[in-house]
Amino acid sequence: MPFIPHTDDDIRAMLATIGVERIDRLFDEIPQALRCPEALGEIPPALSESGIGRLMRERARADGEPLCFIGAGAYDHHIPAAVWELVSRGEFYSAYTPYQAEASQGTLQVLYEFQSMMSALTALDASNASLYDGASALAEAVLMALRANRRCTSQRVLVPRALHPLWRRTLATIVEPQGVELIEAGFDIASGQSSVAHYAEAAGEDEIAAVIIAQPNVFGVLEPVDALTDWARARGALVIGAVNPLALALLSPPGDWGAQGADIACGEAQPFGMPLASGGPYAGFLCCRQSHVRQLPGRIVGRTLDADGRVGFTLTLQAREQHIRRSKATSNICTNQGLMVTAATIHLALLGAEGLERVAAQCHANTAHLVERLAAIPGVEPLFSGAVFHERALRLPLPSAEVLESLAAHELLGGFALDAHYPELGPALLVCATEARTEEEMAHYADLLGRILGARLASH
Amino acid sequence: MLIHDQSRAGRRATTQAPLNPPAPEGIPASLRRRQRAALPEVSEMQVVRHYTRLSQKNFSIDTHFYPLGSCTMKYNPRACNSLAMLPGFLARHPLAPDSHGQGVLACLHDLQDILKAVTGMHAVSLAPAAGAQGEFAGVAMIRAYHRARGDVARTEILVPDAAHGTNPASAVMCGFVAREIPTGPDGDVDLEALRAAVGPQTAGIMLTNPSTLGVFDRNIEAIARTVHEAGGLLYYDGANLNAILGKVRPGDMGFDVIHMNLHKTFSTPHGGGGPGAGPVGVSARLEPYLPVPLVARDETGYRWLTEADRPDSIGRLSAFGGNIGILLRAYVYARLLGREGMGRVAEFATLNANYLLARLTEAGFEAAYPKRRASHEFILSLRREARDWGVTAMDVAKRLLDHGYHAPTTYFPLLVPECLLIEPTETESKEMLDGFVEAMTAIRREAEEDPERLRGAPWTQPVRRLDEVRAARHLDLAWSAQPQGANHGES
Amino acid sequence: MSDIPADLRYTRSHEWIKDNGDGTITVGITDHAQEALGDIVFVETPENGRTVGAEEACAVVESVKAASDIYAPIAGEIVETNAALGDAPDLINSSPYEEGWILRMTPSNLADLATLLDASAYEEVVAEDA
Repeated sequence: MPFIPHTDDDIRAMLATIGVERIDRLFDEIPQALRCPEALGEIPPALSESGIGRLMRERARADGEPLCFIGAGAYDHHIPAAVWELVSRGEFYSAYTPYQAEASQGTLQVLYEFQSMMSALTALDASNASLYDGASALAEAVLMALRANRRCTSQRVLVPRALHPLWRRTLATIVEPQGVELIEAGFDIASGQSSVAHYAEAAGEDEIAAVIIAQPNVFGVLEPVDALTDWARARGALVIGAVNPLALALLSPPGDWGAQGADIACGEAQPFGMPLASGGPYAGFLCCRQSHVRQLPGRIVGRTLDADGRVGFTLTLQAREQHIRRSKATSNICTNQGLMVTAATIHLALLGAEGLERVAAQCHANTAHLVERLAAIPGVEPLFSGAVFHERALRLPLPSAEVLESLAAHELLGGFALDAHYPELGPALLVCATEARTEEEMAHYADLLGRILGARLASH
Repeated sequence: MLIHDQSRAGRRATTQAPLNPPAPEGIPASLRRRQRAALPEVSEMQVVRHYTRLSQKNFSIDTHFYPLGSCTMKYNPRACNSLAMLPGFLARHPLAPDSHGQGVLACLHDLQDILKAVTGMHAVSLAPAAGAQGEFAGVAMIRAYHRARGDVARTEILVPDAAHGTNPASAVMCGFVAREIPTGPDGDVDLEALRAAVGPQTAGIMLTNPSTLGVFDRNIEAIARTVHEAGGLLYYDGANLNAILGKVRPGDMGFDVIHMNLHKTFSTPHGGGGPGAGPVGVSARLEPYLPVPLVARDETGYRWLTEADRPDSIGRLSAFGGNIGILLRAYVYARLLGREGMGRVAEFATLNANYLLARLTEAGFEAAYPKRRASHEFILSLRREARDWGVTAMDVAKRLLDHGYHAPTTYFPLLVPECLLIEPTETESKEMLDGFVEAMTAIRREAEEDPERLRGAPWTQPVRRLDEVRAARHLDLAWSAQPQGANHGES
Repeated sequence: MSDIPADLRYTRSHEWIKDNGDGTITVGITDHAQEALGDIVFVETPENGRTVGAEEACAVVESVKAASDIYAPIAGEIVETNAALGDAPDLINSSPYEEGWILRMTPSNLADLATLLDASAYEEVVAEDA
């Protein structure tokens, strides 16, 4: 029997100990009318390991391995071999949540190291041990900011329109049932930047509880984070930085924004050792200043001493969490993305700050190079004038969905169709070439796009 | 020692990053980072040794028996991991077109169908990233359903006092007030109290069945009738689905919405705390509100359904499609079990639990609900041991670690004093259970003869009991390059 | 047996109340409550100037394994909170009725104090708990 070790002798002996004659008798408290002996009929019969292996390999092959120039929140970075060799160790892979601290020092120390690394990258005091993904982490950041901004009675939060559209949707799903009012701040259609004027216009005269600043924004464009932070603080709002953590190798960290820094930083840790994998599992991170730490949702690990005075690690501030505080908890979240955080921690340890800088710089250079090549094609041009990090929007002469479909037919994923989410931009495509893309691959993209557009435009 | 403490300035793992990247151009100096982040500078071998050694400080399913009640720590088959990690699955970008995702979408569509069949629900969304997110989605659908009917007076979600903390917390996140319903002396929900609590303000009830008390609520039909007649909906917390797989289905019990914890029932790894996956299933009347994305199949193949296809959806719970890598592991597990194996899960989980309960009772332990049949888990109360010998459930739990067994769940559910919630799962052998009984028996003897030994436990782990009060009073949440101040541990 | 000073008023939710004689009252948690909670690790206090209704939650006392709401015993305005608890929440454990006080408030109606339990009535509450 798959994964069940019982022999017939075992079963007989166990039933005798319990004092029943058949296993089925153990279910005698379930009302007979509800029993469903036939219910599993729709489930296919068991496959052997080799059978399911064949099926899964066939299906994995069916997805192809197209050349990928999509970024938009998930990035095709090199993952060092050591990362998943270590993460796949059974002692990490099959361990439970570290509630029994003495038997979980490995997991707990990894989480503490992760928190330390994220605090260092964001230049904020504290980090939790991760949330589901970047978008849901942003939602938790907003709820956290509303709790932390105790002097403010408003539930209004400014959200830049230039924030990733799928993050905005996630945010709305999670926070709106609690009456949070999300107000959209626009962006400059020439530069792709959100300015203080856009935020101020959206805010109007009423009180605002929190402000989200995306760095970079969904277009890859860099926002004037210092000015936005100072403006928001002057308005009595808490500042939430939604950041690409790889960008922080090069860019000013949220803790340093403006005169006083952001209050909260969150984002998607996928660039650190997590495969693209159709969108998950990834890991959201959430960092904050010390003064807000009791409003931080999710697991947090602290360093302490044991009964003999030795250094050890344990979950701390658990009284914030649902298993203790129930309906008054900071969030309903229970899990963290433990295994993905283990990957991120090992990834960051291998690369170090200098290695991260090199990855970020190479991605940045590759995208710039790709954009230069693509913009040489008639009808293709960079869309925004603002400075970018490792991603850029292009104007196309045809609707991007059409162009992307043609490229995909040649096993090339050309980018993210912005026009579906920003009709005001006209045909627009967001492209990204990570450090994993080669000169030949970029040349191939330019060549293919040139031919496709040429043929399409000729036939139009 | 932290990885940070092994750092030496200038040490590099040079094969991991591009060799000679050009200096980044076009980024204004005012937006540049002024000081490098204090990340460790270590060699690849240091990293490998450090994290290998850390892993060895963990208990895990691969090394230890974990009788953790409510957590279903069963064996995680290796094939589930290796097949979910096939390069084709790992390399796929979440925004790749459906044409380049027919393989993964086929698996997810199959999994939706399997989950529908085992739960008796009408439709399933795989989007929630964990059980708690599934709860949020489920309650949000209940809210959407009432609002769509203009029934905005329903402001309360009923939650039994034995429920997981996530239940009331999820209800509040969806804008409801959580109202507690007491449990009767036999472990079933107090029906009279429930009847008194329902009314036009009732949006729904969240139930775990079998409950966290390790018993199947025999009044489930009456509960469903009571709540439905009051106009409320029934939410099934699937934390204990393992106990009834193939025996009884939440859909047949009358539930309108359910979440499943795939890291429990479908044996995906716990990974030291996640990632999980918490698909939701619904009855027909809630289908329009399911969270997106969903996988659909038509004559052209499989495709994602998004907000545009499902205008009444409660929306999106994460940027992309949830924890897809975990869903693939669950899918492989389900196919390896097949229909026969699926039915055996509940049978052997229940056999193991009842066997362990019988043997531990025989050994002198007190069952919290001695007149009830155990489901896949059961509760012992150590109040006698606490009274007579001054040892607590915590002491017994810590001493078990010295015997090489992970502790059962302690102090949950909150209503049984000094409780141990024990769930052996179907994948443990009789020998393992017998070994556990021997350890528990030895500990009980020790509690009488040498209680100090228990109070000081564990003795054999990398650390002894940790000072949690110190951890909370003097928060040390991150390594700091600066000399440590008064608020940091002296390490 | 826990300490229950005769000159204070009490609530069923284990707050003690002292009439300061100047139109204000002081509120804390009883010896019995601090013992049940164990080592206090954090106290969340309300903003000065906040008006609260009777039995409204206005502070939180946290131990490692529990968090307990503190309720305003009667309606009024918060005028001061105990700043010393920020660095030394354990004052509640060591000195629940003196240095471990939590907040002072000006009641809307001082006469409401009469509705609260006296020491002997609270003693019965504690006895029921045990």
